[in-house]
Amino acid sequence: MGLDFSVVPAWMDTILLGVLWTIAITVTAALLSFVGGILLAVIALYAPWIVRQPFRFFAWLFMGTPLLLQLFLIYFGLIQIGIDLPAFVAGFIGLGLHFAVYNSELIQTAIIAVDTGQMEAARTLGLSRTQALRKVVVPQAVRDVIPPIGNNMIALLKDSALVSVIGVTELTLSAQLAIGRTYRPFEFYLVAAVCYYVINLGMEAVLRRIERRIALSR
Amino acid sequence: MSDTQHFVEIRHARKNYGYIEVLKDISLNVERGQIVAIIGPSGSGKSTLLRAINDLDPLTEGEVWLDGVQVNKKLPHRQYEKHINQMREHVGMVFQHFNLFPHLTVRENVTMAPKLLKGISNEDANKLAEEQLAHVGLLDRIDYYPSRLSGGQKQRCAIARALAMKPKLMLFDEATSALDPELVEEVNLVMKKLAEEHMTMIIVTHEMDFAASVCDRVLFMDQGYVVEEGPPEVVFKNPKEERTRAFLRKHLGGAK
Repeated sequence: MGLDFSVVPAWMDTILLGVLWTIAITVTAALLSFVGGILLAVIALYAPWIVRQPFRFFAWLFMGTPLLLQLFLIYFGLIQIGIDLPAFVAGFIGLGLHFAVYNSELIQTAIIAVDTGQMEAARTLGLSRTQALRKVVVPQAVRDVIPPIGNNMIALLKDSALVSVIGVTELTLSAQLAIGRTYRPFEFYLVAAVCYYVINLGMEAVLRRIERRIALSR
Repeated sequence: MSDTQHFVEIRHARKNYGYIEVLKDISLNVERGQIVAIIGPSGSGKSTLLRAINDLDPLTEGEVWLDGVQVNKKLPHRQYEKHINQMREHVGMVFQHFNLFPHLTVRENVTMAPKLLKGISNEDANKLAEEQLAHVGLLDRIDYYPSRLSGGQKQRCAIARALAMKPKLMLFDEATSALDPELVEEVNLVMKKLAEEHMTMIIVTHEMDFAASVCDRVLFMDQGYVVEEGPPEVVFKNPKEERTRAFLRKHLGGAK
């Protein structure tokens, strides 16, 4: 038997709902990974030793272990100590923190690369170190690091499929549901692949716009 | 509050980097409205001295006083940070490499600190930016990013940024050294204008002609000491010290 896409339209609602959930978890996790990445970078560079150490352990944990395991830990593990998170929230936190650690590495390098004269000029005007970081150093570092962070965000979109295993009915799980009823894996996985591709195109377009805006201020 | 009578007073300033002594017991008084040039070979400590005045390079020993308040007071860390931030609001600084904020427009460069530190409204901030930029002749570039300015325009913007905080004292650290020769004059003109408005200025410079024409006093520094100081007519035309003479021979005779 060959490919038969005639079964697909009946499941389009499920698939599109899956697309929406994929976009929702990608966007929220991306925001968490961005803000978290900045905070982690500033802590890693400027916090006192005693504060830095637990965060180093945290970074090691998230870089050194599989994302899938991290999702299991957050979703199934935390229940044991009385923290019962909805699947979406667990997925959002897991994905967001995982990529926050990667973003933080990029942002740290970029902060170090900002010319020391920038901090001096800001301090000379009377800004505190925190104000200078917030208004002068970090915005420049983030600006420099937007393209590689964009790459991380594309990886985040693809890895969002992993949250299907903790029961978030995003695109991959939606396709699996349809397959379970119709026994048509090839068709529905292809449909899901096309959907990921389209979301990807959308994300790249947004990233390009942001990069172009940044380029104007150089 | 203090026993100073001078506007700026540096008392027995010493500065070490490890074993290297960069400043060796320097004392200096500057009166309100005075313009003082610091000249000397590179490595003589003149920039370090200038940067000690707003504590950008803290002294190892000695005191810096501004308008009756000690700048480098001994205070616990948090209190000191608060104190020094307040002091720096009164001391404008202009750098050799401009150090404009590249992610902000000219307008935003000028208004950022007043908005953040003095809480002025957007409307007042815009008025302030226009006023300060008109003053340095840069009003037509108000919405440009620094990357689109020439070196001279960048430095004039940096001066406007410093002036927007309404400082009592301006420090210039080789403000024209990084500029193409044909752009030096436009920055010098702005500095002359400030001089006419009786801004107190301390200027580290390699430009002897400018120092001679604008400044009330010239300090010649070498190897961490103030070797000679006095009015420009005396220091430039009739220096007492051999080291001053040797330095001036190189920079006055040879250069042009």
